[in-house]
Amino acid sequence: MADVSESVQDERVKQEGFATRLMKRPELGALAGVVAVTIFFLFTASDTMFTLSGVMNFMTPAAQLGILAIGAAMLMIGGEFDLSIGSMVAFSGLIFGAFVVTFGMPLVIAIPATFAIAAALGALNGTIVLRTGLPSFIVTLAFLFILRGASLVGLKIATGGSTQLRGVRDAVEGDFLTPIFSGDALTGLFAWLAKQGLIDRFSSGMPKVPGIPVEILWFVAFALVATYVLLRTPQGNWIFASGGDENAASNSGVPVRRVKISLFVLTACCATLVAIITVIDAGSTDARRGFMKEFEAIIAAVIGGCLLTGGYGSAIGAFFGAIIFGMVTIGLTYTTIDQDWFQVFLGAMLLAAVLFNNFIRKRVTGER
Amino acid sequence: MAGDTTFHHGDPKVGAEPIVQMRDIEKHFGNIIALAGVSFDVVAGECHCLLGDNGAGKSTFIKTMSGVHKPTKGEIFLNGKPMAFSSPRDAMEAGIATVFQDLAMIPLMSVTRNFFMGREPTKGKWLTKRMDIDKANTATMDAMREMGIRLRSPDQAVGTLSGGERQTVAIARAVYFGAKVLILDEPTSALGVRQTSNVLATIDRVRKQGVGVVFITHNVRHALAVGDRFTVLNRGRTLGTAKRGDITGNELQDMMAGGQEMAALEGSLGGTV
Repeated sequence: MADVSESVQDERVKQEGFATRLMKRPELGALAGVVAVTIFFLFTASDTMFTLSGVMNFMTPAAQLGILAIGAAMLMIGGEFDLSIGSMVAFSGLIFGAFVVTFGMPLVIAIPATFAIAAALGALNGTIVLRTGLPSFIVTLAFLFILRGASLVGLKIATGGSTQLRGVRDAVEGDFLTPIFSGDALTGLFAWLAKQGLIDRFSSGMPKVPGIPVEILWFVAFALVATYVLLRTPQGNWIFASGGDENAASNSGVPVRRVKISLFVLTACCATLVAIITVIDAGSTDARRGFMKEFEAIIAAVIGGCLLTGGYGSAIGAFFGAIIFGMVTIGLTYTTIDQDWFQVFLGAMLLAAVLFNNFIRKRVTGER
Repeated sequence: MAGDTTFHHGDPKVGAEPIVQMRDIEKHFGNIIALAGVSFDVVAGECHCLLGDNGAGKSTFIKTMSGVHKPTKGEIFLNGKPMAFSSPRDAMEAGIATVFQDLAMIPLMSVTRNFFMGREPTKGKWLTKRMDIDKANTATMDAMREMGIRLRSPDQAVGTLSGGERQTVAIARAVYFGAKVLILDEPTSALGVRQTSNVLATIDRVRKQGVGVVFITHNVRHALAVGDRFTVLNRGRTLGTAKRGDITGNELQDMMAGGQEMAALEGSLGGTV
């Protein structure tokens, strides 16, 4: 068509600069945050923080939080909250622990069974929210307490009075699925790199960092898949639409209920993945597992550009938000700064992110 | 009635079969009679204006035509065949699209994402099945250009568009998805002068593409600017249909207000409405 070139150059619309276009990406704030935090620690922390082992040190907690944060971000984009994620980690940890220790199930049965129970609870959360039309905030707040309490009671039943269930590591030792959920990956590559002298090694020739902790790989893979789903699939479009305006979405033929319930199931499954990884890693589970994680996950999602009102945000943003979290928690130990500043920092970061997001949203929507 | 001499009852366009024809439609809600005998039809390529004051039954009528309500009495014909819609989806599949006042648009989402919301084009199979973003973007830009709107880019958020442009996106979307009859629910009621003329121009374009437009409004001047035929709805009844040129704005205004009351007001208002 001869018309096509005409559409490209219209004298009435200004070409947008690269900076303006960048401003419209929801994850910009989080990326800027990562840069700022990195610069801060480059000046204040000891050099070991940014060695390979230092990076693995802060990426491991970042990954554990990040898996939750990406789930929370997708749910927030879909217009709902889940305050029960943290308690869900404890509850799934209990279920998983009981399956492998008390019932002696192999992982190939225990893991799908744990996911199934978590998914059912997520679906229950979602169904109550959608059926009653109550805010998800209050419904999932109820589940925050229900699941936390149930974990405590369940642990006592499973262990005969203790609040900690031990022996997970022995139970999963040698299971063919264990390496997927715990330990380090790519050990061969790291050994080779050490041999070549490309990474730090001990005098024995073994690398100082034996491999990448598996949770980091899960975290990166999940961030990529979530981003792909959000930006490149019809389902992603439905998530944005459901969060943006439920009525408009369902009038246009988007299956809003199905989308939202799936997202509640997703966050519950994220919590379960984190539970399985951390329980195998620690070798035990207790009732305080995942404590306060729901708030940290939501904070990471908000730092990542999610609006509390839904319909806007990104998984990659939550990814960076979680990395900021990990860097600050672990990074402060590399400095002379009192670690108790952590929470102050966290609150300030959240406030800055919300103000920034608000500003960006006005730019994006051209609100006048 | 003063209008009897100038109104041509149900006079169809010469040689054109109506796409949708509604005959003596009645709709009762319990003991409320919302529609008490409405006849209306729309042919391809015309703009048929439905005028009526608040409470005249316009909303009930639209909802009956778009499949939300089932008529209590009366018949609906689609291309000459009797038709009973059981849901809005049925009506949509038959090519009757409705653009309601809320437009079903999400300000934070891009024009493309809004345009294809719920009906995303895909490519690939199974796990690689994904949204065909390029196709969606091109289709959106083309459809919008046909309506005379140049978008900066297809990923511009709908929130940055003016009210008139949003209305146009909604209309373009309906036309793109194969609307043969387009029902517009007061598309100009919340717009300024310039935006109104943009929307009226859009209606004209859509009509020229062969779509039958049902333009619902209570603004006589907007109706006269673009309409081919005019039907007035008052207290749940249609008072007849007039062709363009056979009726003046004042007459339409009188019919809408129910004749006498308006005439009595005319003196004190001095032609300001």
